[in-house]
Amino acid sequence: MTETALGWWGVPLAVFAGAMRSSTPFLFVSLGELLTEKSGRINLGQEGILVLGAMCGYGVAFLSGSPWLGVLVSGCAGAVLGSVHAVLCSLPRVNDIALGIAVMLLGTGLAFYFGKPFIQPQAPHLPAIPFGWWSSVPQVQAALQVNVLFLLGAGLAPVLAWGLTHTRWGLILQTVGDSADAARALGYSVDRVRWAATALGGFLAGVGGSFLSLYYPGSWNEGLSSGQGLMAVALVIFARWQPVYCFGAALLFGGAGALGPALQSVGITQGYYLFNAAPYVLTLALMIGTSAPQQRLAGAPGELGVSDG
Amino acid sequence: MRSAKQQEIMAAFGLPVGALVVSLLVFGVFVAGLGNNPFTAYALMYTGGFGTWFSWQNTLQRAAPLILTALCTAIPARLGLVIIGGEGALVLGGLGAMIMAFHLPGSTPWMGQLAMALAGMVAGGLLILVAGALRHYRGVNETISSLLLTYIAIAVFNHLVEGPMRDPASLNKPSTAALTEAHMLGMLPGMEVHWGLVYGLLACVVVYVLMSRTVFGFAARMVGGNARAAQLSGLPIGRLVLTGCFLAGAAAGLAGMVEVAAVHGRANASLAVGYGYTGILVAFLARHHALAIIPVAVLLGGIGASGGLLQRRLGLPDATVLVLQGILFVVILASEGLRPRACQRTHAPTQSRQTLRERVQRLGRVAS
Amino acid sequence: MPYDCMLSRRALLRSAALTTAGLWAAALPVRAANPTVVGFIYVGPRDDFGYNQAHAQGAAAVAKMPGVKMIEEEKVPETLDVQKTMGSMITLDSATLLFPTSFGYFDPHVLKVATQYPKVTFLHAGGLYQEGKHPKNVCSYFGYIDEAQYIAGVVAGHTSRSGKLGFVAAKPIPQVLRNINAFTLGAQSAKPQTTTQVIFTGDWALPIKEAEATNSLVDQGIDVITCHVDSPKVVVETCERRGIFCSGYHASQAVLAPKGYLTGAEWNWEGVYTDFVKRFQAGEKLPNLARGGLKESMVRTSPYGAAVGEAARQQAEDVRAQLMAGTFVIFKGPLQSNTGTTVIPAGEQRIQTDLSLESMDWLVAGVIGSTK
Repeated sequence: MTETALGWWGVPLAVFAGAMRSSTPFLFVSLGELLTEKSGRINLGQEGILVLGAMCGYGVAFLSGSPWLGVLVSGCAGAVLGSVHAVLCSLPRVNDIALGIAVMLLGTGLAFYFGKPFIQPQAPHLPAIPFGWWSSVPQVQAALQVNVLFLLGAGLAPVLAWGLTHTRWGLILQTVGDSADAARALGYSVDRVRWAATALGGFLAGVGGSFLSLYYPGSWNEGLSSGQGLMAVALVIFARWQPVYCFGAALLFGGAGALGPALQSVGITQGYYLFNAAPYVLTLALMIGTSAPQQRLAGAPGELGVSDG
Repeated sequence: MRSAKQQEIMAAFGLPVGALVVSLLVFGVFVAGLGNNPFTAYALMYTGGFGTWFSWQNTLQRAAPLILTALCTAIPARLGLVIIGGEGALVLGGLGAMIMAFHLPGSTPWMGQLAMALAGMVAGGLLILVAGALRHYRGVNETISSLLLTYIAIAVFNHLVEGPMRDPASLNKPSTAALTEAHMLGMLPGMEVHWGLVYGLLACVVVYVLMSRTVFGFAARMVGGNARAAQLSGLPIGRLVLTGCFLAGAAAGLAGMVEVAAVHGRANASLAVGYGYTGILVAFLARHHALAIIPVAVLLGGIGASGGLLQRRLGLPDATVLVLQGILFVVILASEGLRPRACQRTHAPTQSRQTLRERVQRLGRVAS
Repeated sequence: MPYDCMLSRRALLRSAALTTAGLWAAALPVRAANPTVVGFIYVGPRDDFGYNQAHAQGAAAVAKMPGVKMIEEEKVPETLDVQKTMGSMITLDSATLLFPTSFGYFDPHVLKVATQYPKVTFLHAGGLYQEGKHPKNVCSYFGYIDEAQYIAGVVAGHTSRSGKLGFVAAKPIPQVLRNINAFTLGAQSAKPQTTTQVIFTGDWALPIKEAEATNSLVDQGIDVITCHVDSPKVVVETCERRGIFCSGYHASQAVLAPKGYLTGAEWNWEGVYTDFVKRFQAGEKLPNLARGGLKESMVRTSPYGAAVGEAARQQAEDVRAQLMAGTFVIFKGPLQSNTGTTVIPAGEQRIQTDLSLESMDWLVAGVIGSTK
């Protein structure tokens, strides 16, 4: 099969393809973290949940032969770890940021520990839908191979946005996040709501992790995550806690990650380390640009410690 | 009826020790659940960490960088900030030390090492200072910003070490040029442990004195306790935050200098191996208390030292150590919830309310 | 046969069971005559389908030898950790022969520990030993895997329809550049207009970057890709997914790409290590510097995949025969670099043992990429 070279067009195409490919874990983790933060908690453990989800998904897919079962199990594993975070955070005086780091460590450790037998074998991959059938250029076809999880995530974002403001559960969630006292006064169990939100957040993060191991790059090993879970937490703040903005930000981050290799492939070879740091610089710049020192960030849940001066 | 002080001491020691025991039990169940004898595991952990003189030296050696990187999280934590940028500060500290060494090739060992240490501390300090400044002036969450700065610092470091600063003779392992023998940090007499351990111990003592016996320390802890109240009493929060962050980064930067001068003799990618991240764990386990960091670092050094034996004798994966660390961290944090009410603010001074108000007012006058 | 000892689940479980049994036996007190304790240290996971796995396969072969107890530790970083690991293996496990397999372990770690324990022999892969400068109990060995990459390049040159090859590399160090150049020269001997595009990921194990690099290369019209990273698994699997050909490295990844795997450049550590240990057990002093390529059986190529055509096989076998006879020189003049300078003048040649090759800092003409 001959492939024609694209030359400089390869760069925006690669960034676009990268945005479609690499954004999915960001998308799921940030949507999950959004739910958790809407309930007034910050869960830095999403990074550990992502890695654990990647391992579980891969292992289950390998052992059972079904990648979708792997996705489901990885989500459940994420929900379990998220619940650990929620339950422990509900104890008095437990700092949720510190616990998040602990969960990150535990999740990563468990993933590496149980994942040892899965480094070598090959697990079945998740399917992709070829949206590029109309093009005769193979690269465009490849770039438009959209994974089903991406479509699910893309669909989830507006659903969540609608659900947060139009369903009872969504409004309860927002109340708990804005003012725990008000929620208690209304008779809702703050701990129960937070537990549900954090568990669901963990589920989504686990699913996001399974994408990494079951589709792109499609293999389990210990270097799989490069801080996506933590960047997704930053992403949520940048997206002002709005699900649809999370989707856009996830695309942006995914594209930024593909920039380095794409530039090298057209001959810009200097400073590839610096290009590879592009997503981090982008995140930091966005956080600086969109934060305000004294006022509360627009859209921030009241109970979240992030906006305190 | 125990006095508050006695209860406080019991909680300060009893809870962490209790958490350690519980963690080991959970870990034992974990290991047993996968078909290994937990008692063999415990025995091997003891042998590997503390059983022989070799093991002790191994443990102390591993503890040395952890003490310094733990301070990078502990100092800002007393100010109420959660900073996890020790890895980046360490790496930049090593780089700073190397750059200084190139400018002073003919200096005496003392001068050279002092200059390198200072350069390393400044480099590391500036990185965390940025995180602190972003938090204070722009309200950016310091946990995320310090982590992002770490990633960026490592990328810049790699770029410089493999590019402009690369020693042409370091072919297959890109590094900067090597330090002269005179500038290298040696071993402690009679031990296979380098001087970095002593630097760490000294730093902990200094920070302890700073935090508990100086005005700065008192003010810092006030900011950490209740930022609003501190602000209302006129404390210079900005200055305190920036100074605290700089000191934190300086500690980790010193660890970087030690790695370069005592272990590698040059700066290369082997500097970023996770000491910064383990330091975070040490700081939290020690509840950010400077003196408690020392035994906790030794404990974690012992756990790390025993990892090799667990791998070789029981066939457990190297991640076993990570799992134990994770369990330990979670259990310690959970045990915070069990702390009795009266001991909640064990680090706050126990003077009467009257003296407290006086002190705050005095500080306010001094600061303005 | 070394190639098919690979990775069915059963083989995995079997080797895990053997290892565990072996380790349990090792925990028991030794009553029989003291076996030779040989220690292996890996910088990454030993089942990474790549660098570490190649060494682990060698270690597994050593473990089967009579009178040998093999201990191994993986994921030991290139810091004081490895010094302590070596020390621990020597003091707590009575190891007398150590294989610290990562390149970066040598300076300063192996050198320091070797001075501390002069009775223990250290075998390091990298060929860095310098007579008079380094302690006598340190031996280093070096395999000219670029010979195997040359053959892989010949096959790739024949098979590629676009005439464009790709190379995903970690860092621009001499060993990597040598492989890139050998691969390209091999391909150019089949089709002179072949080009190789290189992308450097920056480190030895970055799966996402490797996947991105592979995809970028394919987008540029490249249809055969090889690599020099610690674990080629991601590159090979991505190539198979995009439907192009690939060539392996370190160990055989043929099972990962049944349609697209052409051949690969592999280490033959099983042969090398069992040979070393046998000589060690016999009391021989091991050579301080052992280097070799195909002829000395230190490296080998993977069996040809189904897609390799007759012409490719012919030429490849022809080159192999010459390399085995010692009559073939890969780096011979006139040779131009891709920046236009003459790196080997006409009439000169650099045989494999030529030291100047070990400080290579150029890429041959036809390689798209920069060493800076």
